[in-house]
Amino acid sequence: MKVEQISVFLENKPGSLEHATRVMRDASINIRTLSLAETVDFGILRLIVNDVEKANKVLKDAGFRVSKTVVVAVEVPDKPGGLHSIMEVLSKESINVEYLYAFVEKSGQNAVIIFRFDAPEKAIEVLMKNKFTVVPGAQLYEF
Amino acid sequence: MIYNEEFETLPREALRALQVKRLQQVLERVYHSVGFYKKSLDTAKIKPHEIKSIADMSKLPFITRQDLQNNYPFGLFAVPMSNIVRLHASSGTRGRSTVFGYTKRDIDTWSELMARSLAAAGLTKNDIIHNAFEYGLFTGGLGFHYGAEKIGASVIPMSGGNSKRQIMILQDFGPTAICCTPSYALHLAEEGKALGIDMKSLKLRVGIFGAEPWSKAISAEIEKTFGITALDLFGLSEVIGPGMAMECLEGRNGMHIYEDHFIVETINPQTGEVLPEGEEGELVFTTLTKEAFPLVRYRSGDVSRLIIEPCRCGRTHIKMERVLKRSDDMLIVRGINIFPSQIEAILTAIEGLEPQYQLIVDRAGALDSLELHVEVSDKIFSNSGGVKELQKIEKRILKDMKDYLGIAPNLRLVEPSTLKKTDAKIIDKRRI
Ligand SMILES: [Zn+2]
Repeated sequence: MKVEQISVFLENKPGSLEHATRVMRDASINIRTLSLAETVDFGILRLIVNDVEKANKVLKDAGFRVSKTVVVAVEVPDKPGGLHSIMEVLSKESINVEYLYAFVEKSGQNAVIIFRFDAPEKAIEVLMKNKFTVVPGAQLYEF
Repeated sequence: MIYNEEFETLPREALRALQVKRLQQVLERVYHSVGFYKKSLDTAKIKPHEIKSIADMSKLPFITRQDLQNNYPFGLFAVPMSNIVRLHASSGTRGRSTVFGYTKRDIDTWSELMARSLAAAGLTKNDIIHNAFEYGLFTGGLGFHYGAEKIGASVIPMSGGNSKRQIMILQDFGPTAICCTPSYALHLAEEGKALGIDMKSLKLRVGIFGAEPWSKAISAEIEKTFGITALDLFGLSEVIGPGMAMECLEGRNGMHIYEDHFIVETINPQTGEVLPEGEEGELVFTTLTKEAFPLVRYRSGDVSRLIIEPCRCGRTHIKMERVLKRSDDMLIVRGINIFPSQIEAILTAIEGLEPQYQLIVDRAGALDSLELHVEVSDKIFSNSGGVKELQKIEKRILKDMKDYLGIAPNLRLVEPSTLKKTDAKIIDKRRI
């Protein structure tokens, strides 16, 4: 039920992000969703792509520092309170969220929230127990 | 004013004779009390008594900074610890740092040399001396302090930093002399200007500057801004500290090296061959009177030229021009000596990090600015890929740089491609 996310280290300088997106375009990699975490001197680009292994390889070959991280994708109805219902459960079970980002499905009905947990296994167990839809990686890559 | 008339004006021939006599004593002593010298003289197949003149010195092996580091901490001490009353040390991690010991007599010698230096700047017991050299393991602060007390002046032990307070004391205590690095003097002037203070209105009349390279142009700027005479002082912590050579008020051309305590040679840094006096080369020092940490033919890495013409001040000691060049990769930033190898050692000690870096030195206003670019290693990033982990590494690098080297650079983690553009580990953009 886990999803693999690609993280790319980006220096804060003009052209850094463009270089990364160019490498992926040239390799015909499709980006499902992404988020950019920024600090004063560097950024980390987080991506869910259609081909994790290929993205990992082409970015590394282009000289980027890349890592693969396990994240969890949860589908919720795209309406007020959707995210809150998950947070309520996680909070009750003392599950720590490191970061999250979200996107809306093509149909426009549902939102998918990508979570990074300290303990993804336990989080998945809790979410499933509480009847949330955890989206498997394979399904997400092919979205 | 000449503090020690007898020794500072000794006729050259008598001075040479004194040097040879003291050199022979030093050689005998180090040969029998310091393992390193016994080994290096034996390897060179030379016995102390075979050195009968200054010219014979070229037969003696050199001692380098690397030798000093290899013998960290006390391996080169020539007296037992019970005879040592003070320890100073250079910056750097273990094995990259050097420790200097002093006996009671060494401290007296050093104090006298600093007293001579302050007197050469025209200072007496009627002066108030603002000492903004760092107190601590660095030799600057205490070196000046003891010399100032020796001439009976009133010394303000300011140490470095806290510029606003420094300026308040400069205004309220009315010191007549200031001692610090030249860049710090310019920094104080900038701070003063921002506070609306005319530095020329202070009671200062003379400044003694050192511990970093500074050009005649900077000297002129300091003189103009403060309305003082800016004099140059030379010293190496390894050899004794500040007060090895001092510019005299009368000559204003080069610094007299206290030749009754040191022998100076100029060598070709590539071949090690001794150059005729007056030619530019690396300065090599031999201590003649130091007890705890004697040095024989120490390669300073400082490139300069000796001035042999007699000086109108009456001192007979040879002079050296200001040091603007190094024969190695040492960098002086805000008065602190930094070697690329020290930075490498710090980075390598951090788990997962590789010593891929670039240090960019520039001068923003009066002070040196320092930017450190460190490559994010594959190991570190593959293991985490997180912001927090990288920030933790940044904190660690900064802390170690501060703790071991005493510098706080602007740190940037960079992609490997950024460093590949040039092989240079150090980029010095300052125009000194
Ligand atoms: Zn002179």
